[in-house]
Amino acid sequence: MEKSLINLTINNIPVSVEDGSTILDAAHRINMHIPTLCYHPDLRVAGNCRVCVVELSGQKELVTACSTAVTEGMVVSTNSPKVRTARKTIVELLLSEHNADCTKCYRNGNCELQWLASEYRIGDHVYHDLVKEEEKLPDTSSSSIVKDDSKCVRCQRCVRTCTDMQGVGTFSVVSKGKKQKVSTFFGKSLKDVFCIDCGQCTSRCPTAALTEKPLYEEVWDALAEPQKHVVISATPSVRVAIGQELGFEYNKHSDAKIVAALKLLGFDTVVDSGYFNDIYIMELCTEFMLRMKQDNEEKNKKVLPFITSCSQGWVSFVRTLFPENEPLLSTCKSPGLIYGALIKTYYADKKALDSKDIITVSVTPCTAAKNETANGSSQGAAEVDYALTTRELVRMIRQSGIDIERLEPDVYDTLMSMHSGASVLTEVSGGTTEAVIRTLSELVTGNELSPEWLKINSLRGENGIKETTIKFTEVRAGWEFLKDKEIRFAVVNGSGNAAKFFNDLKENEHECHFVEVMVCHGGCIGGGGQPIPVSNELIKARSSVLYALDEVASVKKAHENVALNTVYREFLSKAEHQETQKILHY
Amino acid sequence: MELQSQKRIELIFSDYTSSKYKTLERTLERTPDDIISELMDSGLKGRGNVGFPTGMKWKFARREVSDTKYVICNANESETGTFKDREILERVPRKVLSGMAVCGYCIGAKKGIIYLRHEYGYMKEHILKELGIFHEHVRQFNFDFTIELFMGSGSYVSGEESALIESMEGYRAEPCNKPPFPVSRGLYGCPTVVNNVETFATAQVIFRIGAEEFLKLGTAYSAGSKLFSISGDTRNPGIHELELGTTIEDVVNEFGDKNIKSVQVGGASGYCIPQRLFAETVIGFEGLTTGGSMIFFNNTRSMYKLLHEYLRFFAEESCGLCTPCRVGTQQLLLGIEAVKKGEKPVTYIEVLKKLALNMKTSAKCGLGQSVANPFISILENFKEEILY
Amino acid sequence: MQEVKSLIQEYVKVHGKARNNLLPLLQEIVQHENYLSEDALLEVAESLEIPSSEVYGTASFYTYLDTVPRGKYIIRLCRNISCMMQSQAEVLSTISLLLKIKVGETTTDRKFTLLQANCLGWCHKSPAMMINNEVFTELTPQKAVQIIKEYKEK
Repeated sequence: MEKSLINLTINNIPVSVEDGSTILDAAHRINMHIPTLCYHPDLRVAGNCRVCVVELSGQKELVTACSTAVTEGMVVSTNSPKVRTARKTIVELLLSEHNADCTKCYRNGNCELQWLASEYRIGDHVYHDLVKEEEKLPDTSSSSIVKDDSKCVRCQRCVRTCTDMQGVGTFSVVSKGKKQKVSTFFGKSLKDVFCIDCGQCTSRCPTAALTEKPLYEEVWDALAEPQKHVVISATPSVRVAIGQELGFEYNKHSDAKIVAALKLLGFDTVVDSGYFNDIYIMELCTEFMLRMKQDNEEKNKKVLPFITSCSQGWVSFVRTLFPENEPLLSTCKSPGLIYGALIKTYYADKKALDSKDIITVSVTPCTAAKNETANGSSQGAAEVDYALTTRELVRMIRQSGIDIERLEPDVYDTLMSMHSGASVLTEVSGGTTEAVIRTLSELVTGNELSPEWLKINSLRGENGIKETTIKFTEVRAGWEFLKDKEIRFAVVNGSGNAAKFFNDLKENEHECHFVEVMVCHGGCIGGGGQPIPVSNELIKARSSVLYALDEVASVKKAHENVALNTVYREFLSKAEHQETQKILHY
Repeated sequence: MELQSQKRIELIFSDYTSSKYKTLERTLERTPDDIISELMDSGLKGRGNVGFPTGMKWKFARREVSDTKYVICNANESETGTFKDREILERVPRKVLSGMAVCGYCIGAKKGIIYLRHEYGYMKEHILKELGIFHEHVRQFNFDFTIELFMGSGSYVSGEESALIESMEGYRAEPCNKPPFPVSRGLYGCPTVVNNVETFATAQVIFRIGAEEFLKLGTAYSAGSKLFSISGDTRNPGIHELELGTTIEDVVNEFGDKNIKSVQVGGASGYCIPQRLFAETVIGFEGLTTGGSMIFFNNTRSMYKLLHEYLRFFAEESCGLCTPCRVGTQQLLLGIEAVKKGEKPVTYIEVLKKLALNMKTSAKCGLGQSVANPFISILENFKEEILY
Repeated sequence: MQEVKSLIQEYVKVHGKARNNLLPLLQEIVQHENYLSEDALLEVAESLEIPSSEVYGTASFYTYLDTVPRGKYIIRLCRNISCMMQSQAEVLSTISLLLKIKVGETTTDRKFTLLQANCLGWCHKSPAMMINNEVFTELTPQKAVQIIKEYKEK
């Protein structure tokens, strides 16, 4: 049923919006800016910070625009003297409980409180400074996230993100009154509480209360060491997003310029991350096929559904909340770790370099990837030395003064520079599944991929849980048990949907064979390390770019990436590299 | 209304020893519309500090369409200097339970809950026993209404109706965005009437004596009588039932010690009335909101200490959710200390005054909005004591 | 700890896992142990299927749900204005001296904790205090000493 329209005025300007809209919605409709702080379009409305207060004709108390529904004939003033003095007071109060040493702050220049202070011309700090000395010591115990209580404005966006959106619940508001703060279970350090390091909190925090653990200074240091050979890989999600911060629109020519920029920063080798995504798809697909075979042969053992584990945050999630599903996880390492491992072995070998002199840097939209650097590989050194977020790479490019658009295009290192369209898809929710289906189909049937499976719409889009069912009518020898079988694929889009999916699965005993889980909504393209601000629109727009890249790719399937033949033939399939299992699998 | 010198009013505590819920039984034979109409005619306003017309609240809840509705008795009495609800529950609990039952009957609720503050836990057994007796009686006249007891865990702000509901649902007692109000969406999203202990008891009195009789007391705007918790420099501390519309001067004359220089009406969220305004200030909803606490101060008492204590109280009991209250209460407290010690100039007090007024317009709930009441009234009437 | 764990499991068995059971359950644990330990809250979180941070966040909001260890008898002296006016400070310092602890501290034998509370609702009979759930009013330093001595004997 269509909702009726409500007519109101904002600062004497008439506006009509659907019944149920808020004053903030109505203001957006006429491009009237009302400042906000605790409000975020991805999260449920809070109405706590009071920054967005507005005056309603005939009412003594001000109301918050974000939480007040419009009513017929409402007369709103967003800039009356009462509103102005309230707003200014609120910003001054926020500053008084804030460590406002902006010059030293990680979010200097991109901080919502700083913006409010500058917009409302806050001069001398009027009130007492409430920040306690002990609060100025940030919690740096986690390898991915830094929590600095002295910068917290208590907007609770992180609480809503972590509990409501991600289904994790690391943070909570504790105590009351002057002791109230955003904290963890008994105020413990982040490394001692359940946190999946997804970083979704860092991309929604308006200040520097929650940030990723920056490592770009260490990378600058590595680049300055003459004997070190520094290799970098930047995933598609990173490349598509950096334009937001650096002022250019990503298009099909951008990659070559980004490679040039990275070389200018000082990286010795730039490899194409898609190459490693393709290897991952291969490994994932074959592992899935073996699991299906195992399920067919060992009737008593539960080996399905097969669950992906490339999303590092997902592994933490499963281990704590769904430990019974841990044996079902894929043992395949993430593309990031495969990259690190192959560079330090295969690539080092090929280029006659000592792996001890190689430093691998990976740039991803992910904060959890920073944890992967703590793992040791079979060679004894960490596969990936430094994992940077998109935001950190942007910072490095900015610091170097490069104008990307003016650069002459450059190329990836020839050894590892080919990728398929499928490899790009792995960065979008549902894309890994689509990529696997492409390879699975040809490996199982021996026939050309059915064109309808080049674009599986039911696996695309924003839904929290997406599904598709595939049936093979013809199969190769040895795979007879798959003939005409309905193979069910499911995609969990965002860890907030995982509990529902897996509980449903358990209760209803659905048959499901393959589950892709990405803790970040939208997939890696919506990762916690992407530029701030983050929004659903941006994720959708960037996903379209990735889908478009797949559409124009000449090679669409991972197993058709001929560059992979070389590495498999020359390296991965060799007996002594059976070790392959350790390079590619846990 | 002709005001007489303090005649004894005993509407709340009288006529009780033989209570066998006879009035309740009689009232349940009337129609809900009839009962609500009488309540509205009586002019009864909430006795918990906000003073919303009770009949109107019940009417709004009655109008809502829902299979499930609730009646909640707010027994979280935590306002400083207030102890009337405790005495009502101790001495005449059946009036409260009756009031709740009639409310349930009128709005269509089958469940009532008493939210009892933790500090009154000593009377838990007593209440449970009374609930047992209540249930026996209503079973006898076939009225489907059960009342449960829910214990609070120590939080002043749980007295705010939406925060109380949050607390009952198992969350931090943080006030909600309004609208919607609890009468539309309250406990578990269902229409809920939250009323103070004294409100239910007084409603019950009205059903017994009739609105007309009730209206013989009080003023046009503040009908009836009310309980007052009187303490401080008084020769007669305790609960006293007074007619609304009485002047502070009369109250002080009746109850105060010698040389009373001020009376704090309504506790920490109320107003400080200086001696020069006693004659022209009436107790009622005309100017002061009053939860019923009156503390007398003689001229040896420090108004600075009083204000300081109230600000400390607020800074501690604020739920901390909204910026104006969480930070403002701390700033006001530190502010008056700094001015007193000479660390900030005397002009800083004007900054604090502006802050308090901004808190009044922008805080999320009544707690933050009320801080300005004691602040401004004590500051304006006892400026020298605060500044020097 | 096993006792508390059983208490929690029993409670959930009888009342279920709905969120509105949280506060009554926490109250029962406090009744039993006088405070909420980390282990207890972890067990509650698991039993009611609520993130542990949220259980802690909810518990820490309420004054009488202590999340730090307390003694067997928690003395809470009202500190608000009416009690202040009736020499509450004297009573407080007397108790403090008698038990040799400051406000917020617990005696070494873990028997008594001394705290201050906001208005207990006995303003006409101030100063007032609670020891666990029992109320004592019209206190004088001597009366307070007498009461505490009786508790010491328990």
